[in-house]
Amino acid sequence: MLKFTAEHEWLKLEGDVATVGITQHAADQLGDLVFVELPEVGAELTKDGNAATVESVKAASDVYSPLDGEVVEVNQAIVDDPSLVNSDPQAAAWFFKLKLKNVSDIDSLMDEAAYKDLIG
Amino acid sequence: MDDQSVLKTTPLHALHISLGAKMVPFAGYDMPVQYPLGVMKEHLHTRAAAGLFDVSHMGQVIVKAKSGTYADAALALEKLVPVDILGLKEGRQRYGFFTDANGGILDDLMITNRGDHLLVVVNAACKEQDLAHMQANLTDCDVTLLEDRALIALQGPRAEAVLAELWAGVSAMKFMDVVEVPLHDVPCIISRSGYSGEDGFEISVPEAHAVDVANALLEHPDCEAIGLGARDSLRLEAGLCLYGNDIDTTTSPIEASLEWALQKARKAGGDREGGFPGADRILGELANGTTRRRVGLKPEGKAPVRSHAKLYADAEGKTELGEVTSGTFGPTVEGPVAMGYLPVSHTAAGTTVYAEVRGKFLAMTVASLPFITPTYKR
Repeated sequence: MLKFTAEHEWLKLEGDVATVGITQHAADQLGDLVFVELPEVGAELTKDGNAATVESVKAASDVYSPLDGEVVEVNQAIVDDPSLVNSDPQAAAWFFKLKLKNVSDIDSLMDEAAYKDLIG
Repeated sequence: MDDQSVLKTTPLHALHISLGAKMVPFAGYDMPVQYPLGVMKEHLHTRAAAGLFDVSHMGQVIVKAKSGTYADAALALEKLVPVDILGLKEGRQRYGFFTDANGGILDDLMITNRGDHLLVVVNAACKEQDLAHMQANLTDCDVTLLEDRALIALQGPRAEAVLAELWAGVSAMKFMDVVEVPLHDVPCIISRSGYSGEDGFEISVPEAHAVDVANALLEHPDCEAIGLGARDSLRLEAGLCLYGNDIDTTTSPIEASLEWALQKARKAGGDREGGFPGADRILGELANGTTRRRVGLKPEGKAPVRSHAKLYADAEGKTELGEVTSGTFGPTVEGPVAMGYLPVSHTAAGTTVYAEVRGKFLAMTVASLPFITPTYKR
């Protein structure tokens, strides 16, 4: 199941763990990324709280946690090479995996059609 | 969209749109921050080949003495600027700044001797204020903002070759030379200078012909349009100040490490010592030093440290030293670069200080400026 947030994140749910990244639209808007800071494995994130930071040449931007949960894995590859987020944001450049506190919370997020309407 | 409707546009605005630029408000103008190439590639392209920048938002101002002589215009402007303008030769350009009575910096500018008058180029955000300042103080001069000219910067190691397609004589120019020549029969004023740390030119073009000249330059395979995003990372790697960030009315030229811009004639013992606003403080700091200085800062990690990040002597944030005034990722340096002010006790190259970024204290090393080796054609 693929879901989206208004903050331009995508979530792919497998069991009770959601893989989280930023959308192609977000990556395009941010421009060339030069720095990524990810949460620690084990961190407890709350919906809409700060989860990660990305920086382009021009500016720093926050990435928010789409739902409540615990970080169970992070993608070191995008820390080592932030440009991966620009080239493959919706697959190889996932950010972190979140073990959801309540799996059913994901139903409140947008599906792909609704997200596409949002970004026009 | 309401914000956009009040923004001014430059003569190249439609060209930016047609090239697919992402436009942002800057100093009251709708300006290209980047093109489809993106900030990173635009920056690297400028260092490797040639970049074309629209800097038409900057103010081009003619200062002409009512007497008609260059010397009278030069001596008048010297009352506002601590630079030797009288000694500037015809067809030569020099960097300077307007100072205030406290020795702070009102704006920085480029000053050219154009034979019987001065051409000065000031920052977009300050141009109305600068114009009023000159008109109020240079009462024996006519001070005129040129509102019908575009300004196009062409920067990079291939800039000469690109411009040579339009005018073969360009190769004879040296850094800070200024000439008036026709490009495609359009009378242009060309200076060999810029804001990137690279060899290059700034070309003042009559508004009606700006698009033609820009397109003629962009036709060259080595030349790409470059936005304000890369302009900022290029100038920061080159150690050049951005007015409003690195210098303003709270910083003196000596604190800003700009003493190289003051020539002998205006310093203690010179033919025209002092005689500019804030001279007591500025000449006093030249003689006795100052408490803080602008320095280069190289973050040790990968995280960019941006302007207004606080600087500390220790990794716990106990002893505050100063603030970062510009900071970004330097594509050529392949890492973050910054500038800021530190007490003179901490300005030796190699000194470690700590910047507060998102609650963490990141080590930075004081570095000599510029971060790259400039390629000006001296």
